[in-house]
Amino acid sequence: MTGLVLTEEQQMLKDAAKRFLQERAPVAELRRLRDERDETGFSRDTWAEMVDMGLAGTLIPEDFGGTGFGHVGMGQVFEEAGRNLSASPLLSTAVLGAAAVNLAGNAEQKQALLGAIAEGSLVTALAADEAPRHDPLKVETRAEAEGDGYVVNGRKQFVVDGHVADKLIVSARTSGGSSDSEGISLLLVDREADGVDVERTIMMDNRNAAVVTFDNARAEGLLGEEGKGYAVLERVLDAGNAQLAAELLGIAQESFDRTVKYLQERKQFGVTIGSFQGLQHRAAHLFSEIELVKSVVIRALQALDEDADDTPALVSLAKAKASEVAELATNEGVQMHGGMGMTDEFDIGLFLKRARPVQQLFGDYRYHASRYARLNGY
Amino acid sequence: MTDLEQFRQETRAWLEENCPRSMRTPVLSAEDQCWGGRNFKFQSEDQRLWLERMAERGWTAPDWPTEYGGGGLSKEQVKVLREEMDRINARPPLHSFGIWMIGPAILKFGSEKLKQQHLPPIVRGEIRWCQGYSEPGAGSDLAGLQTKAVDQGDHFIVNGQKIWTSYADKADWMFCLVRTNPDVKKQLGISLVLFDMETPGVTTRPIKLISGSSPFCETFLEDVRVEKDQVVGEVDQGWTIAKYLLTHERAMIGGFGRTAAGEKTLSEQAVECLGLEDGRLADDMFRAELARWDIDAKAFELTNERVTDEAKSGQGVGAASAMLKYYGTELNKRRQEMIVAMNGFDGLVFEGEQWDQGAVPRSMLRSKGNSIEGGTSEIQLNVIARNILGLV
Ligand SMILES: Cc1cc2nc3c(=O)[nH]c(=O)nc-3n(C[C@H](O)[C@H](O)[C@H](O)COP(=O)(O)OP(=O)(O)OC[C@H]3O[C@@H](n4cnc5c(N)ncnc54)[C@H](O)[C@@H]3O)c2cc1C
Repeated sequence: MTGLVLTEEQQMLKDAAKRFLQERAPVAELRRLRDERDETGFSRDTWAEMVDMGLAGTLIPEDFGGTGFGHVGMGQVFEEAGRNLSASPLLSTAVLGAAAVNLAGNAEQKQALLGAIAEGSLVTALAADEAPRHDPLKVETRAEAEGDGYVVNGRKQFVVDGHVADKLIVSARTSGGSSDSEGISLLLVDREADGVDVERTIMMDNRNAAVVTFDNARAEGLLGEEGKGYAVLERVLDAGNAQLAAELLGIAQESFDRTVKYLQERKQFGVTIGSFQGLQHRAAHLFSEIELVKSVVIRALQALDEDADDTPALVSLAKAKASEVAELATNEGVQMHGGMGMTDEFDIGLFLKRARPVQQLFGDYRYHASRYARLNGY
Repeated sequence: MTDLEQFRQETRAWLEENCPRSMRTPVLSAEDQCWGGRNFKFQSEDQRLWLERMAERGWTAPDWPTEYGGGGLSKEQVKVLREEMDRINARPPLHSFGIWMIGPAILKFGSEKLKQQHLPPIVRGEIRWCQGYSEPGAGSDLAGLQTKAVDQGDHFIVNGQKIWTSYADKADWMFCLVRTNPDVKKQLGISLVLFDMETPGVTTRPIKLISGSSPFCETFLEDVRVEKDQVVGEVDQGWTIAKYLLTHERAMIGGFGRTAAGEKTLSEQAVECLGLEDGRLADDMFRAELARWDIDAKAFELTNERVTDEAKSGQGVGAASAMLKYYGTELNKRRQEMIVAMNGFDGLVFEGEQWDQGAVPRSMLRSKGNSIEGGTSEIQLNVIARNILGLV
């Protein structure tokens, strides 16, 4: 096992991502996208530059045009994206899309799709959830074999970047009943195919998600074996959740840093509010909690890179803890800013508004704590 | 039959006859609330009628004396009225800072002229009030306020800036804390004054909240003329009155999280979102969390009732208001976070008709202000520690 520290290369990637995102995709940029009601929800130019930096290929092996830097490397980018509230298709495409194709694609698919993701010419979206709360087993969307392909019917929601993706990766039932793990298949569907209806949903963080309806839509093909998609999906979701945990770490840390700064500046009763012990203790407690998050996040990312047996439990550990602490950090952030914290003008509330969807996506604290318990035999 | 039982029967019959059907549905949105005032647009004829009928009996302010338009009811009768209104899910006929805040202060400290002038229009919902306490430099340290009132013989000239003034852009009058003496200990040079928002020199600028709405404002006061007879209590004695008024405000905010009459309880919502399996909430984690919240909420409700029962008729709940405000608002924040989480994806969508334009997440975001407005949770804890526990 590696030590719980970054390698020199990973540290360099973190520094580069930090500089880039601070400059090109800071909080002000999210405000611009929101206030202009941007149709895409992220800047294509900024995404192109991220691609040029090699970020889209972080999880893609060098043979297929990526950098193969791995999950720990990608986690550094997500943490910085969390700090800056940077919007990009990094999760939908470079994590979920790349992981799915890499794990389940045949040689031809890997060649075509991984290369396209790494060079920025393909945006993908994962269409998995059907219930309001994450439940990847609950699949009622059906795919029926017809001719040499499949026809898909059903409805998916919380499809991140669904409205701009070129291709959708859809979990659908080719056999079995709702909640059976056997019989779930992953299919590639062109977003512009007949019978695919995509409704963009504006979320509280003003980032992208969509509700996607399939009405006799023809799939382009299977990704992986028929009926064996669930095992792949679980691993894809683990990859996604580890990155979301890293993003939550960034959100918590940035919200905390800004709050500590405010405690040092704001004066009431003739002194800085940071001199009140009631607030000092809570800040110190939050500091301790964030330290714990750092540890669980890096451990989960390393487990993914090492393909360790306990990866699922470590990912749930990270996502649960990061969700809990990000919720606390963003709540404390608003509270300690007083009236200022409630205003749209001040940034601190935006961290709270980004944290909640990230917590909820692919399972919140409750989901992952329960999964952690199950994986540990209780 | 005791007098109280008779009162109950009469009240029940009167409500049955006079509360319009559409006013027996839960208040779910801001539009459902009746705030009254010069510029208020009633949502419906029923809403107008309901206010008018209740105001005529003084039941918008049931415990105020009848000579000022109130209902003149005893504490026990007020409780019966509330129970009977809850029984049929009757909406509050009026939401009013006048009734909740400035009215009780005028009743206790105001001159006879102020009582005659201001209380009846409050009861009738004709004048809407806003609270000009906080300033950019004076939030938790309210007594540090800088808005200046200079004595001009029969009137004051007021200059300064207020902030976070809820509904200042919709209100008709402001009750405002001003500094009338800069040369004494800060608490001793403050006065509580009343003025019409249409007085020259008063301007407001709405501030947008994280929930997306703009209920509060910056208020600028530039050479605003305030008549001397509009001072509540004595000049320079405003701090005592301000604190008295705050106890009323706190008790009110502490009640924000209470399930409105006819509204679905948190557990009913949970069952709807998550389903039951063998009579148990289908999600174990939620079930434990919900039960814990439910127990706290019920205990809090009983505490509210006990504290009210213990208080003398016509008296506020005093120091206990800090405890009620603190606990009630923290409870409500927990409840709102759970509602968002149990709704999953649907609880995070911010726009769109199918999602009620984001009512669920917006309401959660708004609830974060409950532990800030009317004095933060930290300030309530300080009050408890210092004033109740004597820890200094
Ligand atoms: C939704 C909303 C509506 C409001 N409506 C009105 C209104 O109608 N009229 C009006 O006058 N005001 C209104 N307010 C203002 C409100 O009363 C103030 O925001 C509040 O008193 C806090 O002041 P502040 O914002 O300056 O925060 P600050 O006082 O700067 O506080 C910042 C943080 O420091 C903490 N803190 C400060 N002092 C201490 C201490 N001694 N010990 C420990 N912690 C401390 C606070 O608790 C808070 O967490 C409203 C506020 C909100 C959010």
